[in-house]
Amino acid sequence: MKGRLLEEKIVKMLMRATTLIIISSLFFIFIAIVRRGLPARTWDMITKIPGGGFYIGKEGGILNAIVGSFMIVLGSTALGLLIAIPIVIFINLYLPKKSLLSDFTRLSFDVLFGIPSIVYGAFGFTIMVFLGMKTSLLGGTLAVTFLITPILVRSMDEVARMVPRELYDATFSLGATRLETVKVVLRQIAPGITTAILLSVGRAIGDAASVLFTAGYTDSIPTSLGQPAATLPLAIFFQLSSPIQEVQNRAYSAAFILTMIVLILSLAARYYSRKLSKHKI
Amino acid sequence: MNTHKPDLEKTSIFANLTKNGNLATIEEITARTATLKGPTTLTDMPAPENTHISVRNLNLHIQKNHILKNINLDIPDKKLTCIIGPSGCGKTTLLKTFNRLLDPSVDIKIDGKVLVDGENIHDKSIEVTHIRKKMGLLSQRPCPLPMSIFDNIAYGPRMHGSRNKKILIQKVELYLKAAGLWDEVKDRLNSPASSLSIGQQQRLCLARGLAVEPEIILGDEATSALDPISSKHIEDLFLQLKKDYTIVLVTHTLRQARRIADYVVFMYLGEIVESGQVEEFFSNPKQQLTKDYLAGSFS
Repeated sequence: MKGRLLEEKIVKMLMRATTLIIISSLFFIFIAIVRRGLPARTWDMITKIPGGGFYIGKEGGILNAIVGSFMIVLGSTALGLLIAIPIVIFINLYLPKKSLLSDFTRLSFDVLFGIPSIVYGAFGFTIMVFLGMKTSLLGGTLAVTFLITPILVRSMDEVARMVPRELYDATFSLGATRLETVKVVLRQIAPGITTAILLSVGRAIGDAASVLFTAGYTDSIPTSLGQPAATLPLAIFFQLSSPIQEVQNRAYSAAFILTMIVLILSLAARYYSRKLSKHKI
Repeated sequence: MNTHKPDLEKTSIFANLTKNGNLATIEEITARTATLKGPTTLTDMPAPENTHISVRNLNLHIQKNHILKNINLDIPDKKLTCIIGPSGCGKTTLLKTFNRLLDPSVDIKIDGKVLVDGENIHDKSIEVTHIRKKMGLLSQRPCPLPMSIFDNIAYGPRMHGSRNKKILIQKVELYLKAAGLWDEVKDRLNSPASSLSIGQQQRLCLARGLAVEPEIILGDEATSALDPISSKHIEDLFLQLKKDYTIVLVTHTLRQARRIADYVVFMYLGEIVESGQVEEFFSNPKQQLTKDYLAGSFS
């Protein structure tokens, strides 16, 4: 008896310890970027694009990267959803429960999920070279879409699989067609879709490798899909590689901005997810 | 979904089959099944002009398992028919073929006819939504749609083309009253349906089904997940509704069938053993298997 109780205690302690380690590391990262970014945290950072000599410590901000990141994330999430929702609906509602095709699709997306983002970047770059495109907002958006589609598909799929069979039977027996049933199912999994979007936005906004070759980098805000676009992770990367202290501080300041954006998006997603769960059965 | 595995099922039936408290021998079971040979006696089922659903030589296979074996049955119009029988005898499967929730596919093979109002529901020219609209289904556990109470009821009418807000409001009230739920929910029609108790949810599902204006109500053990009071409520509703609707209920509580049924159909291992009017069925069963079942020697 004693041994079993001791076991219970040890396991509980281990669980506490791991939780504490994770939370405190997040806390320390936050402290680091807040402290080191403090001298560079000015309104100019988020309201101005880089001026002349910005990278040697002169005037300007990273508005170009903030806007560029938002454009790419918005575009790729929208595109990703357009691809992912039909796939999820197809493998869950239109294919039989045990189907080779749905198994194969899931496996494929599991593999795609694990592919590092630099590979997506390189893949996107190869296609762009083949098509004769230059680094651009469009190229970056497409590469990031490749990156996040597996995340969207797999996280929505997990939710869609949990939809009770009775819900399908209930709408079908009211005389609904498959497509009308899909609409009801989408309502049921709406909170799950929000979570999936949050996960993929988090990944998309923070990923540097996929946009390195595809979106490029520029000091101006892109005005068309064909122009290159700056992104926050690359802004951090380039400034951090500078030998000048002041520029390095700006990198931490940019990291702080990025973290804040992710935090705000997470809170918003939680709020909407809760709102959408209201009717969930 | 019912996936039938005959081997497992047979063993579970073997385990349940007892005579005088002892395990039945395989000989006894074969003897019982042997009584099933020959045409099923349709003792006093209604005259053809009063039938609403007719099943003719229906056979259903799921993969290689013969689930429904040569079913012939007439379901009377505006009466309450209970399908009884032990678990896994094909009651629910039979019910689900009526509104084509079990449709022929790679795994499912259906032969024979199911006629509703004289139309063969498996006819190629018949749209499946047309068949389903004629029948409301109440499942074992209530499954409200992920929307408000109002929208749950309005879902069917909206889908079938009535968009007029005024008419929808009238319909929602009418059918919530018909399902005896109106007084409990009239002040919170916009609350989520999932906030209702399970008994209320089942009545909501009934109201939602009625709002499509069906002719038939199918119930798949519709009271088995409910507490006694809610269960009684649903039973009373069925008794009221049978004036206007044909009701087919699957149940495995014999007492429920006895309380509310007009006609009883007894199934065993995918076949209809006996069917008839409720008093006759319970007081004077014709088949030995029925007598054993009613006596409680297996369940």
